[in-house]
Amino acid sequence: MELWYTEEHTPNVRFSIKVREQILSEASPFQQIDVFDSEEFGRFFTLDGLMMVTEKDEFIYHEMIAHVPMATNPGIRRVLVIGGGDGGTVREVARYGGVERIDMVDIDEAVVRVCREHLHFTSCSLGDPRVTLHFEDGLKFVRRFERAYDLIIVDSTDPFGPGEGLFTKEFYGNCFKALSDDGILVNQHENPYYDSYASSMERAHSRIREFFPVCRVYQAHIPTYPSGHWLFGFASKKFDPTEGIDAMAWNALGIETKYYNTDIHRGAFMLPNYVKRALESA
Amino acid sequence: MGERVGKKLSQSAAPLFDALKDYRARRVVPFDVPGHKQGRGTPELTEFLGRSCMSVDVNSMKPLDNLSHPTSVISDAETLAAEAFGADAAFLMVGGTTSAVQAMIMSVCKGGDSVILPRNVHRSAINALILGGIRPVYVDPGTHPELGISLGMAAGDAEAAIKANPCAKAVFVNNPTYYGVCPDLKRIVEAAHDAGMAAIVDEAHGTHFYFGEGMPVSAMAAGADMSAISMHKTGGSLTQSSLLVMKGARVDPGYVRTVINLTQTTSASYLLMSSLDIARKTLATKGAEIFRKVVRLAEYARGEINGAGGYYAFARETANGRDIFDFDATKLSVHTLGIGLAGVEVYDMLRDDYGIQIEFGDMGNLLAIISVGDNDYAIERLVSALAEIKRLKSRTRLGLWDHEYISPVVRLLPQEAFYAERRAVPLASSEGEVSSEFVMCYPPGIPILAPGELITKDALGYILYAMKKGSLVMGPQDMTLEYINVVK
Repeated sequence: MELWYTEEHTPNVRFSIKVREQILSEASPFQQIDVFDSEEFGRFFTLDGLMMVTEKDEFIYHEMIAHVPMATNPGIRRVLVIGGGDGGTVREVARYGGVERIDMVDIDEAVVRVCREHLHFTSCSLGDPRVTLHFEDGLKFVRRFERAYDLIIVDSTDPFGPGEGLFTKEFYGNCFKALSDDGILVNQHENPYYDSYASSMERAHSRIREFFPVCRVYQAHIPTYPSGHWLFGFASKKFDPTEGIDAMAWNALGIETKYYNTDIHRGAFMLPNYVKRALESA
Repeated sequence: MGERVGKKLSQSAAPLFDALKDYRARRVVPFDVPGHKQGRGTPELTEFLGRSCMSVDVNSMKPLDNLSHPTSVISDAETLAAEAFGADAAFLMVGGTTSAVQAMIMSVCKGGDSVILPRNVHRSAINALILGGIRPVYVDPGTHPELGISLGMAAGDAEAAIKANPCAKAVFVNNPTYYGVCPDLKRIVEAAHDAGMAAIVDEAHGTHFYFGEGMPVSAMAAGADMSAISMHKTGGSLTQSSLLVMKGARVDPGYVRTVINLTQTTSASYLLMSSLDIARKTLATKGAEIFRKVVRLAEYARGEINGAGGYYAFARETANGRDIFDFDATKLSVHTLGIGLAGVEVYDMLRDDYGIQIEFGDMGNLLAIISVGDNDYAIERLVSALAEIKRLKSRTRLGLWDHEYISPVVRLLPQEAFYAERRAVPLASSEGEVSSEFVMCYPPGIPILAPGELITKDALGYILYAMKKGSLVMGPQDMTLEYINVVK
């Protein structure tokens, strides 16, 4: 007998991974959580049947969502991670000694519990003394702060269901308010290739652009996400992510990475024409 | 159907819903209307609404009973609805609560009779006066001095109107108003009954009073004769479905059915009727739990909105024992003038900039309906968007209209004015004329002018201001509102 995990990337396109064993299946008050072991991608976990993290390719997403802003402003001290219950984003941010405080807000405590139990490779830094976990709606959490963070990373699910509020104008406006005068907002920005994701990307981009003077998009290659081509939004009140970067300074930190480097940092902002056009017309 | 006799129906049953499922399972070949024949003839519509929806969009037939003359499953559904609402009889309505309001009024008044009613009634009540040739006796419902909203009609004012108009046939009451304000219903009902008048209630916004805990008193509990209840507004049935419930011996249910049948369709929609049956079952079995959550969400939103400052989300603390006897805690009514924006301006921003549709905005306030279908995410979005609008758009308070109630000057019966010889005059220069049509902001659909009323300076000023602020002002035959029809 063969057991396969299948995600419908569109109603007409399927992506499947052969499963060795299902480790856990749990319905939280917010979503369905599943953990599997596979030959090809190692351990992986899904929310409502959608791929979140695999052991084999998670480094790409987490390095790219964290190191691009951290290298852009080495002075970042206070970081807010919204979503990211698997802990991978916090793991990368926690590698910087200059970071004094990391608040992580995930609406679903069960996701964090499951990942701490079954996904040590991402959740390993959640016990860092600088990390505080908050279990509530990110939109609600961020609303109460003013100039409180140097970096906000939105590591959310897709904008359907629990993650929906994190793609709204009211959320981006509240993030702007919660950021310091040189603050940076980075968010997972969906893929540009399939229509339904691309329209989420365009909407998010046009909404962020209303608030932030610097509004850019960068990309990475993530094999298990729909189309394999994934975008991140980079918005900031002051720093330009490509002009400002001090490559020597970052390399001197000696942070060892598998995907990110300062050349990729610059190159990731160079986008294909169809993506450029979509963003321009957004 | 013999086995139905004497059978006690349970609130967890839904007889009409069950009958429709049976009908579908029997795969009946339709040689009756509707012509789409279970959706087979209209592929595009069927794809849009779904085959399961189209397959039960049927006409009345023996196993599905007939709304005009119910004897089986519709009758059972109505019996259950009556029981759920603490009433003696109930009627499923498919023409909206408008049809229920009109049936109530026309069941207790005939041509030339008077009805006592607060001015902030829905237009459907005044439409009934036009249809029936009935005379309105308007009572000033009271206006809140800071919020500028019209209130619930003080019991003392209702009693004075009853005393001054002893021949009136009925007292008509809103419970609650659009904003959630409740009158002292028990006292008004008692005063009406003492004077030999019927007490009829518009509970378009009060479905949950019958099922929630700690809610304001409902019409049936207060001893009223009839009530019109918009199940679709907060109860979860489909738009346009409604209930008329009644209690006591003052009005004969058979006569009410006859009045309803005067204007009701003979092809009542089974989609609407089954949605009423299912919603009634849900409310009767889970209503307390559902409205506990609704109140929790509304209280949470009020706390957050008031914490943000500038706005004032008002509720029970406004109660004064008179024209705000009680307040419906499920309504999220927010006064916006404190951030220097009209309610309708915030209403537009929420929709255009934030993708959030709320029920309405008037000059100084907005209203968000919170109901069985809401969840924490949605509330959080609304609260956050309001905080953002305040941060980005607030202005100083100047230049906003600060009162809402305009005392009507009734010159002719609504019916007389409606059918009188008329001429069109430019709205801007219509002061002093007698209007032959309605003018209202929609929603909430409460008239600023009704047929037969003098166009006063106040009324005209308010209409022009509302148009300038972007309210949807409607009613006149000239949809651009450049002209208004007045009595010759």
